[in-house]
Amino acid sequence: MMSRTISSWILSSARNSIVSQGKGRWHSICFPNRNKIKWKLVFSKTCPLPAGSCSLDGTFSLHRAFRHTSTEEHFSFQLSPAQINDILRAGELSHRTLDLNGKNANSVLRFESNQLASNSPMEDRRSAATCLQTAGMMFGVFDGHAGAACAQAVSERLLHYIAVSLMSRQSLEEIELAVEAMKPVQPILQWHRHPNDVEYQEITSQYFENLRVYWQHLLDLDTEPGLSLEEAMICAFKRLDSDISLEVQAPQENELMRNIALQVAFSGATACVAHIDGVHLHVANTGDCRAVLGVREEDGTWSTLPLTRDHNAYDEFEIRRLKREHPRSEEKTLFVNDRLLGILMPSRAFGDVQLKWSKELQHSILENSCDVEALNIYQYVPPNYHTPPYLTAEPEVTYHKLRSKDKFLVIASDGLWEMLSNEKVVKLVAGHLTELSMQKTPLTFKKPINLGYMHNLLLQRKSKGLASLDQNTATHLIRHAIGSNEYGEVDPEKLAAMLTLPEDLARMYRDDITVTVVYFNSETIEEHYRNHE
Amino acid sequence: MFLRLLSDIQWRAAHPKWRRMTSSQRSTSTTAEPHPVSLPAQAQVVICGGGIMGTSVAYHLSKMGWKDIVLLEQGRLAAGTTRFCAGIVSTARPVSVELKMAHYSNKLYQQLEQETGVQTGYMKTGSISLAQTQDRLISLKRIASSLNVMGIPCEIISPKKVLQLHPLINIHDLVGAMYVPEDALVSSANVSLALATAASRNGVQIHERTTVSHITVQKGRVTGVETDRGRIQCEYFVNCAGQWAYELGHSGEEPVHIPLHACEHFYLLTHPLKEPLSSSLPTVVDPDGRIYIRNWQGGILSGGFEKNPKPLFTEGRNQLEIQNLQEDWDHFGPLLSALLRRMPGLEALQIMQLVNCPESFTPDMRCIMGESPTARGYFVLAGMNSAGISYGGGAGKYLAEWMVNGYPSANVWPLDLKRFGTLQSSRTFLRHRVMEVMPLMYDLKVPRWDFQTGRQLRTSPLYDRLDAQGARWMEKHGFERVKYFVPPGKDLLDLDHSKTFYKPDWFDIVGSEVKCCKEAVCVIDMSSFTKFEISSTGDQALESLQYLFSNDLDVPVGHVVHTGMLNEKGGYENDCSIARLSKRSFFMISPTDQQVHCWSWLKNHLPDDSNLVMEDVTWKYTALNLIGPRAVDVLSELSYAPMTAEHFPSLFCKEMSVGYANGIRVMSITHTGEPGFVLYIPIEYALHVYNEVMNMGQKYGIRNAGYYALRSLRIEKFFAFWGQDLDAFTTPMECGREFQVKLEKGMQFLGQEALLEQKQNGVYKRFTMFILEDHDTDMDLWPWWGEPIFRNGRYVGKTTSSAYSYTLERHVCLGFVHHFDEKTGEELVVTTDFINQGEYEIDIAGQRFQAKAKLYPFSSLFTQRRRKDEVELSGYQRE
Repeated sequence: MMSRTISSWILSSARNSIVSQGKGRWHSICFPNRNKIKWKLVFSKTCPLPAGSCSLDGTFSLHRAFRHTSTEEHFSFQLSPAQINDILRAGELSHRTLDLNGKNANSVLRFESNQLASNSPMEDRRSAATCLQTAGMMFGVFDGHAGAACAQAVSERLLHYIAVSLMSRQSLEEIELAVEAMKPVQPILQWHRHPNDVEYQEITSQYFENLRVYWQHLLDLDTEPGLSLEEAMICAFKRLDSDISLEVQAPQENELMRNIALQVAFSGATACVAHIDGVHLHVANTGDCRAVLGVREEDGTWSTLPLTRDHNAYDEFEIRRLKREHPRSEEKTLFVNDRLLGILMPSRAFGDVQLKWSKELQHSILENSCDVEALNIYQYVPPNYHTPPYLTAEPEVTYHKLRSKDKFLVIASDGLWEMLSNEKVVKLVAGHLTELSMQKTPLTFKKPINLGYMHNLLLQRKSKGLASLDQNTATHLIRHAIGSNEYGEVDPEKLAAMLTLPEDLARMYRDDITVTVVYFNSETIEEHYRNHE
Repeated sequence: MFLRLLSDIQWRAAHPKWRRMTSSQRSTSTTAEPHPVSLPAQAQVVICGGGIMGTSVAYHLSKMGWKDIVLLEQGRLAAGTTRFCAGIVSTARPVSVELKMAHYSNKLYQQLEQETGVQTGYMKTGSISLAQTQDRLISLKRIASSLNVMGIPCEIISPKKVLQLHPLINIHDLVGAMYVPEDALVSSANVSLALATAASRNGVQIHERTTVSHITVQKGRVTGVETDRGRIQCEYFVNCAGQWAYELGHSGEEPVHIPLHACEHFYLLTHPLKEPLSSSLPTVVDPDGRIYIRNWQGGILSGGFEKNPKPLFTEGRNQLEIQNLQEDWDHFGPLLSALLRRMPGLEALQIMQLVNCPESFTPDMRCIMGESPTARGYFVLAGMNSAGISYGGGAGKYLAEWMVNGYPSANVWPLDLKRFGTLQSSRTFLRHRVMEVMPLMYDLKVPRWDFQTGRQLRTSPLYDRLDAQGARWMEKHGFERVKYFVPPGKDLLDLDHSKTFYKPDWFDIVGSEVKCCKEAVCVIDMSSFTKFEISSTGDQALESLQYLFSNDLDVPVGHVVHTGMLNEKGGYENDCSIARLSKRSFFMISPTDQQVHCWSWLKNHLPDDSNLVMEDVTWKYTALNLIGPRAVDVLSELSYAPMTAEHFPSLFCKEMSVGYANGIRVMSITHTGEPGFVLYIPIEYALHVYNEVMNMGQKYGIRNAGYYALRSLRIEKFFAFWGQDLDAFTTPMECGREFQVKLEKGMQFLGQEALLEQKQNGVYKRFTMFILEDHDTDMDLWPWWGEPIFRNGRYVGKTTSSAYSYTLERHVCLGFVHHFDEKTGEELVVTTDFINQGEYEIDIAGQRFQAKAKLYPFSSLFTQRRRKDEVELSGYQRE
């Protein structure tokens, strides 16, 4: 009964909101308390990508199969558990680090990742890669707004920028020589990608050129030893953001490239990247994605250790930082309605040149562009825009030395954290770990029992066992995030309802969710302490 | 109860108490245990393990006249795997010696009750093996052929007939079945007790609740057994500890490696049907459904070999007797589905219990028997791969014969402990391998199947290089060897997945490799062969080897001799090539799987002389075989040395440089009869020499080749290989190799008397080559090995190997022809006329093909320079 009520509540509240907005386009008005849209100035979502840009909707084909529009009278919640699983698991990605001679030397045991779209197409991106020229693995979660272009570009490029910043002078020289001589370049990263994690094929060569300019710059700096990890991450973030900004200002013959550059610069993305090398964990964060460590205390209880601060209007430090950077006269207008200049929820981000460039620069760039409206870019100067830039991509870097009691790291976009608290997330992952290790509950039955009955019993257990247990922890978290009722249990009907919401309604009830869970190898970590004491 | 009373009573069947015991053996009263009788201080034989194997060995030893035997059991008699055994005696076994053992067991159990008075529950029910696919039916037909020629009744029947034999079977998905009417059911624990009873009557002392802690070995001989109740001095120790045999083997100072590992095995017991099943209803084996079903007390007993076995006791164990392990219904689910699919009428049948009993499995699915290579007098019989009750009687008999006579009455090399070395003894290897072996029990085994787990253990330094060129691999004694090379552009996956009883898809690939061997030159990596160096300060090496080998080894330095290493009966213990490196040192090349056996044979037979040194140098050399008419050109260009027959005659060995590398041992021998050389290269030069050979060979059309090409070449040339064609029961006289025996070499050698006698009286079997006449290579089933040979419609023997000859464009089978007296079945002398005057047929899965018999190879077909090999062969031909 309970679940029925929830479903119908969602429905009715959705209808009311439509009605209350009249016949107009409901999404031009924001609902302050329920709206998950980070960027308020979104006028139309119907044509999110320009013609010619590559299609990103491979991931969402399943979702689309169940898509409805809000004008339809009847909503169908008739999703079978198998269909629900198909939708939830479409974005699953997991990778186990190589087990060399049975002795796993990597402190990362495995990672599991998944994402679920609410925007169409999805604006979240994720990356995972192993550094080949230096040690360590990197995991990133990127939450885009005002389109997916910026998040896409950052997810493709940022890890390369970090990796290059970490490389020794010698390997940079080698790579430069190889490029010079048109020889094949040693790969810098080994990506761990989902088949649907696509690239902007057309533009990779230009990205590569700019990356090359960056390492040439690093070579010119002539610093030896190179950057520390913290410096490298900060430097990489800032450099990429400035490249994004410069690329759109540079003359560009190719219209497609130009359009992409425009979209990237005029959309935005927050980023949270973890770099793990042995026991050294660095997390660089720009915006409101979050990284939380799951710690198993000696008494067996679980505790949480957040490694990032959300950069938004709720954060004291951010408010103080912005106030410091701008004249006193603007103190009152910096944050309006808990948004930066009344517009943006995160207070740090990539892209979003509307909040970084001077009015004049914005004008000149957009004037020279052909059809900006088709690109979903709207010239808009926020009120009280006096002393740009108001926004930065500079990350805050946290260092944590891993202990053997640190079991896993959850990095997720705010779509997850809005639904589940840090503690709840850690509890769910920990619970899932033990559940997986317990495998199955013992079979209980009363004798006498006949063969046919036992056979049915076993078949039932088998199908149930497969359905109820997500192998991928990220899926488990997403299932709980959108399907939990007030008792914290997954309600199948609520889950089905959330997944069948028409895509324009979906954004009001849930944001895009991206989760990556990284498991640590406690043995390797212990080994490290044994060898270094 | 019976079991309890057995404990530590000095067990005499004559004892008046004993008769009362037998009648009340199922009662459960707990009378006070009699006082333990102390262990004897010494005995001739100590057997560890009171299961079916231990009692069978004791039974047969005591029957053969050995009386001073002590059997120790840590718990109670027949309380281990034997107690849980399903009790099915099945003779349908693919390996000939296993078939013989099962057949003997069946006959033994049948009369055991009469002999001992102990009820064994023996019931001749017959068995039906079902085929759901045509391929399965072919494999059953192959087994049926070999059962029939053994005189064991067996027929291939239609699904309809199946229904007549067993009314509960659903036959809709069957294509046929094999019916073996004489297969039986027994109570395995009672069989074991019956054997113990008989042994005890013959004087064997049985002590229960006595744990063997370790075996003491001095100077390579067993001297005694340490138990928790004291020490027993003994000459022989027999390890029949079942799944604990591995641990027991490792408990001593000198470990004996017995590669086996336990897996959980599940079977289901039910209450009786409403109308209880007849106890004479045949046992059903449904290998495609992975299950077996037998009648059991009016209900059924059904188990199987699942795809995902659960190995256990990898780290060892603690408990004394095997506890009844946990039921795992979820695990049994797929087998239960198969059962209900086969017998849908059983749905309402009440479950009694799901039994979980560990079974031990070995790396190659064959049991382990024989003497330890490191400790003389240490015998092993274990690792039954869940066929313990079928093999029990026969295996016990063979082992007893081995101990008493020095060797069993049949060729047991396929079961010999010495086929394994330390390399198969890793727990990780065993755990992974048995997980493959257990499902394989019921998997379809097509010709030339390979194990997939536990691979890439031993490899040549060229492994990666060859692999990158498309090599497909098989494994022998842990060593990866190339089967053939897939040319670039071929669909690799496709090749790996099409396994068939018919023409395989590598046919053309191997054909082109063979062609290249005949017309140009090929390279085959033969590094897996066992290589020993034997040297001495004086003439000891020559003298000892002259005694151990039948050919004359007193040849000029630099010559290579092909020779057999014979046992007293003149049979081949090993077939090898020996190069005389210097006056006092010899280099010996033997088949790959001889590494352990040959070493221990030599160790046991060479005099204990510190001036005589033997070294296993297998790992030191990479061997490259250059085969083909242009091998000469390649090698002479690489070494700047003339390699023509005048300068480098056949069967010659010289150290020379090849490319930059010096000290390469070059021998003008091949294992196929083609012209060519084998290069023994110190491993650090392997890659260099290989590269040089390939580069230089390019203009001569060089290419890589694999063992399949080699096999085709050697079989069409009528070359016998040890382990496939030759065994300890085959003499050089029987396989046309008299030219490799120098009866007049001026000194005694092992097996000489037997050979002299054969020379005088003739041989009782003869190695013969058969060319299949009306066999369509594209359409007909291919021969493999083990096919019955018929002469004038009568069975005369079996094939030992076969291959397609690309030169003759016919299949060639090699095999032995016997001459059985038409009336008595007695073996008679086989003469050349007997061979030549017969009309022959080869039976492939029930279909007979005409074959032409030949005693000598076609020398005219193969154009090549006359080499010493051939001179020898043709010299023999003239006799």
